[in-house]
Amino acid sequence: MTKLKPHLSLGGIGVFAVLLLAVAPSVLTDHWLSNLGKYCCWAIAAVGIGLAWGRGGMLVMGQGVFFALGAYSMAMHLTLETAGDGVPGFMVLYDPLAPLPAFWEPFRSTAFTLLAIVVLPVVAAGILGYALFKRRVKGAYFAILTQALAVALATLVSSTIRETGGDTGLSDFKYFFGYVLNDPANRTMVYLITAGLLVACLLVVWQLYRSRFGELLVATRDAEERVRFLGYDPANVKLVAFVGAALMASIGGAMFVPIVGIITPAEIGAAASILMIAGVAFGGRASLFGPALGAIAVGWGQSSLGSTWPEGWTYIIGLLFIVVILFLPKGLSSLPARFRAARRGPGEPLAAPAATRQLEGVTS
Amino acid sequence: MTTPSSSGDSLVVTDLHVEFSGFVAVGGVSFDAHPGEVRFLIGPNGAGKTTCIDAITGLSAATGSAKLGEQELLGRPVHKIVRLGVGRTFQTASVFNELSVLQNLDIAAGRHRRWTSLLRTRRGVDPSIMQALEETGLVDELATPAGILSHGQKQWLEIAMLLVQDAQVLLLDEPVAGMSHDERTATGELLQRIAAKRIVLVVEHDMDFMRRYATRVTVLHQGKVLSQGTVAEVQADPKVQEVYLGTAGAATTAAMAAVPEEAAAELANLQEEDSHA
Ligand SMILES: Nc1ncnc2c1ncn2[C@@H]1O[C@H](COP(=O)(O)OP(=O)(O)OP(=O)(O)O)[C@@H](O)[C@H]1O
Ligand SMILES: [Mg+2]
Repeated sequence: MTKLKPHLSLGGIGVFAVLLLAVAPSVLTDHWLSNLGKYCCWAIAAVGIGLAWGRGGMLVMGQGVFFALGAYSMAMHLTLETAGDGVPGFMVLYDPLAPLPAFWEPFRSTAFTLLAIVVLPVVAAGILGYALFKRRVKGAYFAILTQALAVALATLVSSTIRETGGDTGLSDFKYFFGYVLNDPANRTMVYLITAGLLVACLLVVWQLYRSRFGELLVATRDAEERVRFLGYDPANVKLVAFVGAALMASIGGAMFVPIVGIITPAEIGAAASILMIAGVAFGGRASLFGPALGAIAVGWGQSSLGSTWPEGWTYIIGLLFIVVILFLPKGLSSLPARFRAARRGPGEPLAAPAATRQLEGVTS
Repeated sequence: MTTPSSSGDSLVVTDLHVEFSGFVAVGGVSFDAHPGEVRFLIGPNGAGKTTCIDAITGLSAATGSAKLGEQELLGRPVHKIVRLGVGRTFQTASVFNELSVLQNLDIAAGRHRRWTSLLRTRRGVDPSIMQALEETGLVDELATPAGILSHGQKQWLEIAMLLVQDAQVLLLDEPVAGMSHDERTATGELLQRIAAKRIVLVVEHDMDFMRRYATRVTVLHQGKVLSQGTVAEVQADPKVQEVYLGTAGAATTAAMAAVPEEAAAELANLQEEDSHA
């Protein structure tokens, strides 16, 4: 049973990959395919949150920060690509004569941009995580701190109109590394890259969860002190998961830009960060597929309900959150197990199988 | 710098002091423990036994000295002390409930592994893990989630974790609390086997268990060493009798008043032993 389970999960990733990469592009309209691409970006960030929060117990409420690092790196590159040799249009509006800010300059390079999308979140999360975990900051303090960072970064971006586009954000990208973004074929390609990255992230966490590191991470989540007394430094274990989550958020942010065509502080601030968490909680934070599916579901709800009934949508998502936390603390992905348990009937001795199932949830 | 101690080294604690915001929990305790003996640390509630272990393992800041061989333990971070070969259990069994017995042990064995091996999946069972399972009688529970083990089994799992961790020093905080008589006997015999090559220091309230398995005993009272020696010597010590009889004056009775029934049981045990001696 425990031998079979990981390969079942791998099969699940395969099915998911076929649905995203083959079925979706052939059945969905361009509009919905691009929407699905957007949900995939959030799902990539959500997979990271599942790693840090679901398995690692770190409630990362400010993933918008790392989402922003990737998104703005990409957006700066695409803006410069569109502007050619000149200064981006929105900067000229505020001060026609001023030169390009120094930190924009390296983003002309494709290699630098790609590197920045990977290295910036790793370095930022590495420093932040090191400082926090070595000082044993955890629980609510950790959550509030990360949330505050997201607010701070969004405020900073809002207030630096000339350097970052402020509240209007960066938009009107014409090219994506040389490909014309208006061309539907190229847009499909961008979607496929995003969906492929999501599948890759799932594969990475699949291997992590079944590795010794995955077991150690769960152990650290449940009894950090005990892990310390086995000779590990829990700070390092948490740091790896936190940095992994940051990297995934950054990748999600980077792909968000060519797919949606605009990035603004609203996409990286407190509300956006919490919405990412909501999707993960909804789907089941500790499961393999829960975070990604939850994020896609919340994204879909937002674009369908959120556009037809915007006032009601906020309440619905709030209500959904309460219902899930109250009745399904392990998210929707725990439904099948619950269903099986209910069908087995209350008469049978449930203790052992129930615990084994929990265990499988951890190892799968 | 952090090379594990070689077997054969002794644990020597000298003039250990621990203060909690002005309150002296341990005030100048000295004792030593050697491989080959089952060393006991006893005393009434609040005597400072757990605090001594906390200090040695780096959980509480302390002054004085606690040396394992040539290595000073005090002042190092917890995980570094562990890497020197010092392992401990907790008064309340603390295992990873969601993980299986095997996974628990695998994590305990992990500190000898490279980082890269962490990213791979476990294949098979380490020989050291199998050995520890047999030693502690948990072979049949290999795949059982630790959370549903019985109380006694959890404590054995903790000891097994120390074994695979290859700890040279085992500091056990009340390892037989809540165990049945047979389980206590099994644990006592296990400790005797383990103690052949390692330092075993046991904190216990159970006087009967102490009498059966202790080679040397240190009695703590209000953060100080009251008496030290073999079981017979300690029991013959009038100061120890005073503390356990509760006749040492108002100050000493305060600590015992917390759990009168336990103190009474210990008292009965001691008196019984006295009449035998
Ligand atoms: N973290 C702490 N802060 C303040 N006081 C503490 C702390 N830990 C222990 N103490 C106090 O230090 C004294 C010694 O406690 P300790 O836990 O070492 O006793 P013990 O001998 O293990 O007792 P027991 O048999 O009840 O486990 C007690 O009076 C206790 O209240
Ligand atoms: Mg104690």
